[in-house]
Amino acid sequence: MKNKLLQRLALAAGAVLISGSALAQVKIAYIDPLSGPFANVGEGGLKGFKEAADILVNQKGGVLGQKLEFVGFDNKGSPQESQIQLKAAIDQGFRFITQGNGSGAAHSLIDAVNKWNARNPDKTVLFFNYAAVDPTLTNEQCSFWHFRFDANTEMKMEAITNFMEKDKSIKKVFIIGQDYAHGHQVAKYTKEQLAKKRPDVKIVGEDLHPIGKVKDFAPYIAKIKASGADTVMTGNWGNDLSLLVKAAKDAGLKARFFTYYAGGLGTPQAMGASGEGKVLQLTEWHDNVPTKSTEKFAADFNKKYAPAAYFYYLRVNTMTEMVAKAMNTAKSTDPKAVALALEDMRFPAENGEVWMRKSDHQLMQPLYISIFTKADGKTVKHDSEGTGYGWKTLASISQRDSQMPTSCIMERP
Amino acid sequence: MEFVVISLLNGITYGLLLFMLSSGLTLIFSMMGILNFAHASFYMLGAYFAYQISAWLGFWPGLLVAPLLVGAVGAAVERYGLRRAHRFGHVAELLFTFGLAFLVEEVVHLVWGTSSVDYKIPAELDGTLFTLFSTDFPIYKGFMMLISVGMLVALYALLTRTRIGLIIQAALTKPDMVEALGHNVPRIFMLVFGGGTALAGLAGVIGGNAFITEPGMAAAVGSIVFVVVVVGGLGSLGGAFVASLLIGCIQTFSIGLTISVTDVFALIGVTLPAGSQVARLTITQLAPVLPYILMVAILIFRPRGLMGARES
Amino acid sequence: MFRRGRLLLWGACLALAVALPLVFKSGFMLSLLCQIGIMVVFALSYNMLLGQTGLLSFGHAVYFGIGAFISMHTLNMIGKDGGPLVVALLPLVGGLAGLLAGVVLGWVTTKKAGTTFAMISLGIGELVAACALMFPGLFGGEGGISGNRVVGTGSLLGFTWGPQVEMYGLIVAWAFVATVAMFALTQTPLGRMANAVRDNPERAEFVGYDTQRVRYLMLILSGLFAGVAGGLTALNYEIVTAETLNAHTSGVVLLMTFVGGIGFFYGPIIGAILVTVMQIVIGGMTQAWLLYFGLFFLFMVLMAPGGIASVIAMQRNLWQAGLFRRMVPHYLAVALPILVLLAGLVGLIEMTYALLAGEGVGAGDTATKVMGMQLQLASMEPWAIALAITVAGVALTRWIGGRTRAAWNETLATLHGDRT
Repeated sequence: MKNKLLQRLALAAGAVLISGSALAQVKIAYIDPLSGPFANVGEGGLKGFKEAADILVNQKGGVLGQKLEFVGFDNKGSPQESQIQLKAAIDQGFRFITQGNGSGAAHSLIDAVNKWNARNPDKTVLFFNYAAVDPTLTNEQCSFWHFRFDANTEMKMEAITNFMEKDKSIKKVFIIGQDYAHGHQVAKYTKEQLAKKRPDVKIVGEDLHPIGKVKDFAPYIAKIKASGADTVMTGNWGNDLSLLVKAAKDAGLKARFFTYYAGGLGTPQAMGASGEGKVLQLTEWHDNVPTKSTEKFAADFNKKYAPAAYFYYLRVNTMTEMVAKAMNTAKSTDPKAVALALEDMRFPAENGEVWMRKSDHQLMQPLYISIFTKADGKTVKHDSEGTGYGWKTLASISQRDSQMPTSCIMERP
Repeated sequence: MEFVVISLLNGITYGLLLFMLSSGLTLIFSMMGILNFAHASFYMLGAYFAYQISAWLGFWPGLLVAPLLVGAVGAAVERYGLRRAHRFGHVAELLFTFGLAFLVEEVVHLVWGTSSVDYKIPAELDGTLFTLFSTDFPIYKGFMMLISVGMLVALYALLTRTRIGLIIQAALTKPDMVEALGHNVPRIFMLVFGGGTALAGLAGVIGGNAFITEPGMAAAVGSIVFVVVVVGGLGSLGGAFVASLLIGCIQTFSIGLTISVTDVFALIGVTLPAGSQVARLTITQLAPVLPYILMVAILIFRPRGLMGARES
Repeated sequence: MFRRGRLLLWGACLALAVALPLVFKSGFMLSLLCQIGIMVVFALSYNMLLGQTGLLSFGHAVYFGIGAFISMHTLNMIGKDGGPLVVALLPLVGGLAGLLAGVVLGWVTTKKAGTTFAMISLGIGELVAACALMFPGLFGGEGGISGNRVVGTGSLLGFTWGPQVEMYGLIVAWAFVATVAMFALTQTPLGRMANAVRDNPERAEFVGYDTQRVRYLMLILSGLFAGVAGGLTALNYEIVTAETLNAHTSGVVLLMTFVGGIGFFYGPIIGAILVTVMQIVIGGMTQAWLLYFGLFFLFMVLMAPGGIASVIAMQRNLWQAGLFRRMVPHYLAVALPILVLLAGLVGLIEMTYALLAGEGVGAGDTATKVMGMQLQLASMEPWAIALAITVAGVALTRWIGGRTRAAWNETLATLHGDRT
């Protein structure tokens, strides 16, 4: 008994020593909503990064003998607050930041980072974007100080339309989306690329609705039904997606839904049985894509954090490992050196080989189209968020096939 | 034809749910002069209570117990919070409810987490009631209509056929007189507030699983309920009923219309410049904000609302 | 209008505002100070409606946001042709935009006072916020509109506005000018009329004032200053998004103004400082800040509906009557149990949030860091201790608080006794 106590004390003292002084740290500021309505999404991401840093980097020797650490900064989802938090992080000596929720905040951060770096060339800051998908961020607005680890809207739509090109059962498509930039972009790229690849497919309707304002989607479903669509394309996320799918099931609509974010935190739960066999998603990975070690990683993660968070972002792991690798190859934690090492990097990620394109700092990675079906323990081994339903791969798109040209003209320091 | 009938059914279902929320708000407003900003928060509490009870005991006990619990919470809020704020005037009362809405949301975050909870429609109500043309009409929607109409009848009976109802009606117009006759007006206030919030709670119980039970649900319906009450006329139950159905139907039918704003302006002889951003808007796109336009219009041209008796 | 004491106070405030960045040199503090300066103007403009005219608005962010967007568009339009002088005057453009918005929207909203005004402002706020997302051409969609406040190559007295500290100087200058202007307005016949309209509209009407006109004018002027604040935000952040004109921003300015105190000119200034600090500093320390903020707000509504300014004014009265000293020991005595109560409550809340964040759950034996302490959240111990502290705090506060209240009532009686 006494021994055990002593042992514990010694361990605790050791832990304090290690975390306190023995190992210096490379710190990355995670600037995302940690309070308010989107806190669950922000929290989920932070947990993912912390877990990835611990298991994939620190337990394997860290970066340059130091520990990699992610520290949360609450931007409350606001572009302006993001800038204040960026300043707070810079004050505390952070030279790396990451953000993902909302392209508005991403625009604001890129802008602020560009200006900061121009005005303080000796204290530059590097921005890793793990989820903001506005294509302009790696086209017109591209920056040397910004790296994106998620496929952008245009690439995702390319992958989806490639899939539709082969599926001849698709004849009539209805587009519905939230009335803001992302929804507009999804509609635009759907029309553009379908016209190229499947000119025979008819767009039978296109609707935009204010974001987060619709409670009852039944009238929209009635309209989709009246249009005779067999496929619905939507960029909706969160409740706007769950409610749409639920209303479709209630009215007995048979059409399939192509979505971007049906796997996002809380959505599988809210859709439940109503999404079965009807909802498709495009992601870089899902629970039933075979991997070397992520299956165990995901199981441990879910065991530790469910139901507050489920493992969803494979790209968080990819990003953490790539950043660590870049620091190790550059033998430096200077943002510019890290940025140069990241450029053109090829990395064997868990979903296949990925490539960070030098010209626009957009990560090219394999993508998967999957459908929400009953978990059967075989091809659909894992269910999603304890619902009994999981994702089954319908098609995979290689890294090469998801590439799109960029209009980026990058200013290099 | 199919579209019209289905839309009508959808509109009425939605309208009835709105009425369940707005009736409580109207009752509270006409009695106490308080615009209860936290009203939708009680709707959310109803859904969460029902979720919790249905996880322990099942849906049916929840249907009964959750609204009563919400009513009890509401009565306590009136007794220990509002009554105190009342001393400092209407603005303080209003701000109290404003802050309360804020607090309820945080407490819900704390107790039930920041994501949605799995509050399901009970198996016996899950399915198709009838199929009209080719569109299914779910049993649960029928059930929602049944509960709403039942509540409407019960409320009507309570207000016109019982002693307490008569006192409430009297207190609506002449509170001083009622007090002079020896009735305990503060207690009636507490009852009305509790009752009004219980109605919101009931709406939450049946709305929570039809839609999604999550911490943002209060904010999502909060302002639309105000629109209903203002359009119907502050303090008028009949007006709230008409306005609820009207707004329910406006929302559903406007989604079905494929005309653009240009066409609307063309009707009154105004040609919008082609290609401008306004001209490209469709009525469908505007559907969810149409109620606000309606409210602003009503407030400008008929500030006492459709059937209201007084202005503020 | 400007007595010597008042002039001294104004001067001292300005000197303090100028001196602050010399003490707090970090970029974070500077950003915080800039944000405070902007919010002070915004909250003061809001109080022109709520405090001075008695109009409760739920859509004041509309004028703030329109001012910000128009300023940003102007900044981008002048581009290279402009110089630092033009940039420095940009908040005026924002102000004019806010004023114009007030002329158009105010015509509709100010027809009625009271609840009707509150509702119509809510409706218009929702409409404008929805439009902001529907017209990406004008409002920049999700990414908003960004610009660069460093234009041209020259400088104005050595200022290019690039470094944050120069921007802070600009904000202080504008905030000072706007504050003086708004104060001066309270002393004009219009300001007095607004008070009359607030206190007794029937009587004001009877005496011959057109109450609707007074409300309309006040709203237009309040829109002007909200627009100036909006212009400053545009320059400060160099980005404007739809968020600046949504209901959330309207709610925040209402909370600030009320917490500070609507009955005093300087109330909103205190509120803006306090709420911004809470949002950014406490928000940076704990996830539970929204809960604390909600509790604090309800506490203020129930206990001090006149806001912090009224509490200060009360103490000043006591001080002037020479009674303040009598209350000091009581204040000190009651502070201790309140601190105990707060410590227990904060402990409970923080532990609950740590649990909610999923830390310590399922992780078994590992300790979770809460408020700098390593705690075993899975065991009963820390919960029992925190609960015990809270209960002890409640009991002590009730006990000592009762005595303080008695002393307070006595002192108050003396104060009023002295006067009559």
